[in-house]
Amino acid sequence: MSIPTTNKQTVEIGKANKRKYMLEKVSQRLFLICALLSVITLLLIIGFVFYKGAHPFVAEGYSFIDFIFGSDWVPSEDKFGIFPMIVASIFATIGALIIGVPIGLFTAIFLAEIASERLAKIISPAVQLLAGIPSVLYGVFGLAIIVPFLQNTFGLVKGQSLIAVILVLAIMMLPTIVTVAETAIRAVPQTYREGSLALGVSQIGTIFKVIVPAAKSGIMTAIVLGLGRAIGETMAVILVAGNSLIVPTSLTDSVRPLTTNIALEMGYAFGTHQEMLFATGIVLFSFILILNFVLAKISSKGGN
Amino acid sequence: MEQSKEATIINVRDLNLFYGEKQALFGVDLAIQEKEVTALIGPSGCGKSTFLRTLNRMNDLIDGVKITGEIVIDHEDIYKSNDVIKLRTKVGMVFQKPNLFPMSIYDNVAYGPKMQGIKNKKELNLIVEESLRSAAIWDEVKDRLKTSALGLSGGQQQRVCIARAIAMKPDIILMDEPTSALDPISTLKIEELITNMKEDYTIVIVTHNMQQAARISDKTAFFLNGEVVEYDDTDNIFSTPQDQRTEDYVTGRFG
Amino acid sequence: MRQFKDNLLRGLLWLSAFLSVAVLVMIVGFIFYKGIGLISFDFIFGDYSPDGDGGIWPMIVTTIYTVLISLVIATPIGILAAVYLQEYAKQGRLVRLIRFATESLTGIPSIIYGLFGAVFFVTTLKLGMSILAASLTLTIIVLPVIIRTTEEALKTVPGSYREGSLALGTTKLQTLYKVILPSSMPGILSGIILSVGRIVGESAAIFLTAGTVAAMPDSILSSARTLTVHSYLVTQESGDIELAAAVGIVLIVIILAINLSATYISKKFNRATNK
Repeated sequence: MSIPTTNKQTVEIGKANKRKYMLEKVSQRLFLICALLSVITLLLIIGFVFYKGAHPFVAEGYSFIDFIFGSDWVPSEDKFGIFPMIVASIFATIGALIIGVPIGLFTAIFLAEIASERLAKIISPAVQLLAGIPSVLYGVFGLAIIVPFLQNTFGLVKGQSLIAVILVLAIMMLPTIVTVAETAIRAVPQTYREGSLALGVSQIGTIFKVIVPAAKSGIMTAIVLGLGRAIGETMAVILVAGNSLIVPTSLTDSVRPLTTNIALEMGYAFGTHQEMLFATGIVLFSFILILNFVLAKISSKGGN
Repeated sequence: MEQSKEATIINVRDLNLFYGEKQALFGVDLAIQEKEVTALIGPSGCGKSTFLRTLNRMNDLIDGVKITGEIVIDHEDIYKSNDVIKLRTKVGMVFQKPNLFPMSIYDNVAYGPKMQGIKNKKELNLIVEESLRSAAIWDEVKDRLKTSALGLSGGQQQRVCIARAIAMKPDIILMDEPTSALDPISTLKIEELITNMKEDYTIVIVTHNMQQAARISDKTAFFLNGEVVEYDDTDNIFSTPQDQRTEDYVTGRFG
Repeated sequence: MRQFKDNLLRGLLWLSAFLSVAVLVMIVGFIFYKGIGLISFDFIFGDYSPDGDGGIWPMIVTTIYTVLISLVIATPIGILAAVYLQEYAKQGRLVRLIRFATESLTGIPSIIYGLFGAVFFVTTLKLGMSILAASLTLTIIVLPVIIRTTEEALKTVPGSYREGSLALGTTKLQTLYKVILPSSMPGILSGIILSVGRIVGESAAIFLTAGTVAAMPDSILSSARTLTVHSYLVTQESGDIELAAAVGIVLIVIILAINLSATYISKKFNRATNK
């Protein structure tokens, strides 16, 4: 049994406090709404881009297969095939990975394990800074230096080419890969190094047999981030790609990756043409999802 | 009996507490007397801190805590009322480690009253000075009230924490092992302070140090596995415990 | 044999590091070498003129507009969202959903944001190609950055501050704005500064939503071009590498300043918490 005199007080809350509890409730709702905004925007983005991009196939009778595997993109003649762009995007990305990942990774290993502390203290922040430089400037560099270089060295008519895209993207990935991978390698406990060295394994052996495997998940993140930067890059790529609508058969062919197609034509496209650019966006988006998924699979497999 | 009931300020009846599925307190009954120091002792994990935190509903902050039974403070069942603010202004708390905010000493002590809407500078000055005096730290900090509170020593910080609690003019002050992070001299100062404070406040203190309980408290409750094994005058608990387990604990046979 | 392999690998490590550093030094060196000749007071503060002799002040102003507008919107929303996730939400489905959405937003390439901005802000909301449409698009781009950095900053605030404050009979809201937010301010600030870098460096999304008008914007509903877009367009349209590089210098200096202030703030923060 409770003491009788309590009843009234238990229900009554002081006026000043009542306002506080009100504010508390209102503010919590407000915070929740703010947090939900990111869900809402994601839904909006997916909704709008997919709605626009799916429209020609769902409502206008265009064939999705022809869109993906068609090799003619002539909007004025109602031909929308993005196969050359898909191939260009895949080649450019894989090429950039082949060049950028080993160099970036080796640089990260060098900075974390080989370089003197003084040297690393100068280089690492500089590399970090370069990760923040607007990507357009990489494109300007590519156009002014890499493109003429390729033109002269290989005697091309036009230096803008798949290989130019690959080089620019590889360079652009470098700072991201180096910075993230270096952090991951530095996070490997000192005891691993000591344990391996104490067994008479050489420094290089220790690095590649013990430290790199231990830092694998961080290194994977570095690659994914670098890849994300390369695959989504648009403006720098336009400057060095040449933008021809052909399926590339050689590294020196002029190409038009998916991103480039969108940026080049969005300015004047309308109607079905514009919707097809959104469809191109969907393909790009799926492309990124698949790549991330594959990389996640690879890294989890390696983990077991 | 009649007289002691009148002086009861906290009356706990059949209190059970669950962390999700796991029960941490079992049917706790305890009547805490006004203007006394009540010590809660027991081995770690026995529920004494958990119990202390039910008295100002600090356990509400943890997800999945369920409480049954009743705690009547000042004729009011605190778990039936929804005014946690009012409860916590009446029941202050001092924590295990000094947890002053990264502000000046003055702002730390004035923080609670300000949040209650006291804006008058003079009034605040007065509250700060009185509180620091009551916590026996005024002389040490009066010349540096505007400097960061985090520059003080641990013992000084803990006394400012006590001043911060006093500034709310509470009836009850809960202390959760307030000296466990302090050196012996600082500990002694806080113990003296606690003994003086009971003229104005009811103090409930959790301590892992039995000598401390013996030195400063009037009543002692011995907790074991979430139950109160024995609750009596401190002298009785330490000289003539009724329960074998209490005796084992206070004589150092386990714990 | 193993000795040989070791030496080979060691050589490759040195070579890679040398290559990376060389190429990155080359880029910055190239930008400065090509562009420095154009840098002058008039270039930076002068009005633009199509014949190529004018300044880039309109682009600087446009860039500042986009930074300010996106941050004014993204900062409060991002901070409050992070506060919800860290201080209020119970772990569960809803929080997982919000986290998933935030992470997904981080992975979307900016050209897709550009597409969305073009159809949603430019067309559906009828803002037209404008600074406002671009800024709103940028808001979405930096929102996840601000949420994540704020969450990290909130995590560093000791739980004892929260307990200490609440035990004094304050509300969560009071505790939040008097104790928790001030304590995590440096971390939040460096997140905001990083967002500035992201906005200044962005090009594709702005290209699709703000258009390319090379003139001083009359209002935030005007089409205009930012520094990055300008750098791109002068390269693409007229092949004016020197001009593009000069704009590049301005951009690099801005990014450098942003990074230095972020480092400075986080260093100061670390010193304060280590006390």
